[in-house]
Amino acid sequence: MLEYDLVVIGGGPAGLAAAYSAYQNGVTKILILERDDITGGILNQCIHNGFGLHYFKEELTGPEYAQRFEEMLKDTSVTIMTQTMVLEVTPEKQIFAVNQTEGYITICAKAIVFSMGCRERTRGAIAIPGDRPSGVFTAGTAQRYINIEGYMVGKRVVILGSGDIGLIMARRMKLEGAEVLAVVEIMPYSNGLNRNIVQCLNDYDIPLYLSHTVTEIRGKRRVEQIVVSQVDQDRMPISGTEIVFDCDTLLLSVGLIPENEISKTAKVTLDRRSNGAVVYDDMQTNIEGIFACGNVLHVHDLVDFVTEESMKAGKSAAQYILNQYRHSEQTVMVENGEKVSYTVPQKIDLAVGEPETDLFFRVNQVIHHGIITVLGEDQQVLFSKKKAHLLPAEMEKIHLKKEWLTKQRQITILIEE
Amino acid sequence: MKQELICIVCPQGCRLLVEEHNGSYQVSGNTCKRGEQYGITEMTAPTRVITSTVCLKGGRYPRLPVKTNGAIPKKLIFDCMEQINQLTVYAPVKMGDVILKNVLDTGIDIISCRSAKSNEK
Repeated sequence: MLEYDLVVIGGGPAGLAAAYSAYQNGVTKILILERDDITGGILNQCIHNGFGLHYFKEELTGPEYAQRFEEMLKDTSVTIMTQTMVLEVTPEKQIFAVNQTEGYITICAKAIVFSMGCRERTRGAIAIPGDRPSGVFTAGTAQRYINIEGYMVGKRVVILGSGDIGLIMARRMKLEGAEVLAVVEIMPYSNGLNRNIVQCLNDYDIPLYLSHTVTEIRGKRRVEQIVVSQVDQDRMPISGTEIVFDCDTLLLSVGLIPENEISKTAKVTLDRRSNGAVVYDDMQTNIEGIFACGNVLHVHDLVDFVTEESMKAGKSAAQYILNQYRHSEQTVMVENGEKVSYTVPQKIDLAVGEPETDLFFRVNQVIHHGIITVLGEDQQVLFSKKKAHLLPAEMEKIHLKKEWLTKQRQITILIEE
Repeated sequence: MKQELICIVCPQGCRLLVEEHNGSYQVSGNTCKRGEQYGITEMTAPTRVITSTVCLKGGRYPRLPVKTNGAIPKKLIFDCMEQINQLTVYAPVKMGDVILKNVLDTGIDIISCRSAKSNEK
């Protein structure tokens, strides 16, 4: 049996940052387990630029961002095991994994960081009617085929979903010579960053159909036609509005789900709102010594924020290993109020950890001129901040001092208009 | 002349208003200097950084990610892609290596975004 102080599950941006931060904070026996051939995770296929503006203060592509972190880790004692699949983690912090060289391995850890990332929702998740030909891909899978493995996935393309991956793939397909006939979005607004609407769609004259969705896939062996319909306010297709596109490929960018199968085996409590673990402000889960960060905790828009959050998780894990601290009774529960869909962290410990904390949340609708408000138990305003535009596509962050929350057992975050 | 733009310099996506008076441009709505520069450039001679992949031989994967190491004129995007698509690189290669110098006489180079080790031992 192998023994490590810290084991990090997943070698994407979150895992690399957590391991680096734990090392910086005094832990030396650290192991990263990664199932792919190389570390870097999704960054390796995100060949576009726009990464690193916050953390490195310069604009990098995904592969460059990953390699920066790999080089930072090179000078440390952190061990990386690639092509290794973790099967189970117990609440006692035993890890069971397999790889081709060592077979079945058992690892004991003093602390564990969960950084498994997320996976894409598929055609099945949204139940698109019609035939089942080849040519229907999730956008991320198509991105991997094109950017890493060197296969072009189609020539005439319709994209469902205007999240960032959908927008980025629209441009990518166009640059590689495909025709992108439409990006279709069921909501009345795009779920991607504004800059991506400009530089991925407008730059290439790719039409965006808001309040529309795919209502039928047609084709025998390969996709031949995609039927798109307008939807009403309840997102139900309106009959008579069908548009038929002759195409050979449909890309789906219809949401991401944190990959928490291993968290469940470790008996980590999950939050239905974020689909990730419930964590304290130090990123610790309900299981002592198990921390979570990155897209496995909640889906982020920017890798820079993943890095920041994971640095915090790594630092906390190091402190846990070195000092064996425990969470106190003075814990404030964070609830989401009107127009807020989730918050991370969900618990703030007033007695333990840093005196201040960032709090991330998402709104569930487009809001103009909103006031982000934090209410205490007696409805008193503990914090408020004006914001001109709030979008579900953009994660919001507020910075709270724990001294503002003294004596509260529960606070609520909501948006006033 | 007035033109509303969304800044693409960073993910914040500021809403810019660019006003032209006799050939000089005034930008408002930006929250940083780079936004002002973007507003003016976008109105006069828009540019973009291009990222793509080139063929990689002898490495772990068949593609190597590359980018232009500066912004090139927007109208040259597809010409630039044509140049990129003709390139083949042999491993090993380092991040930052110049793959093609002075693409289309823009003074901008195509550079590698990832190191790739050689498969041969």
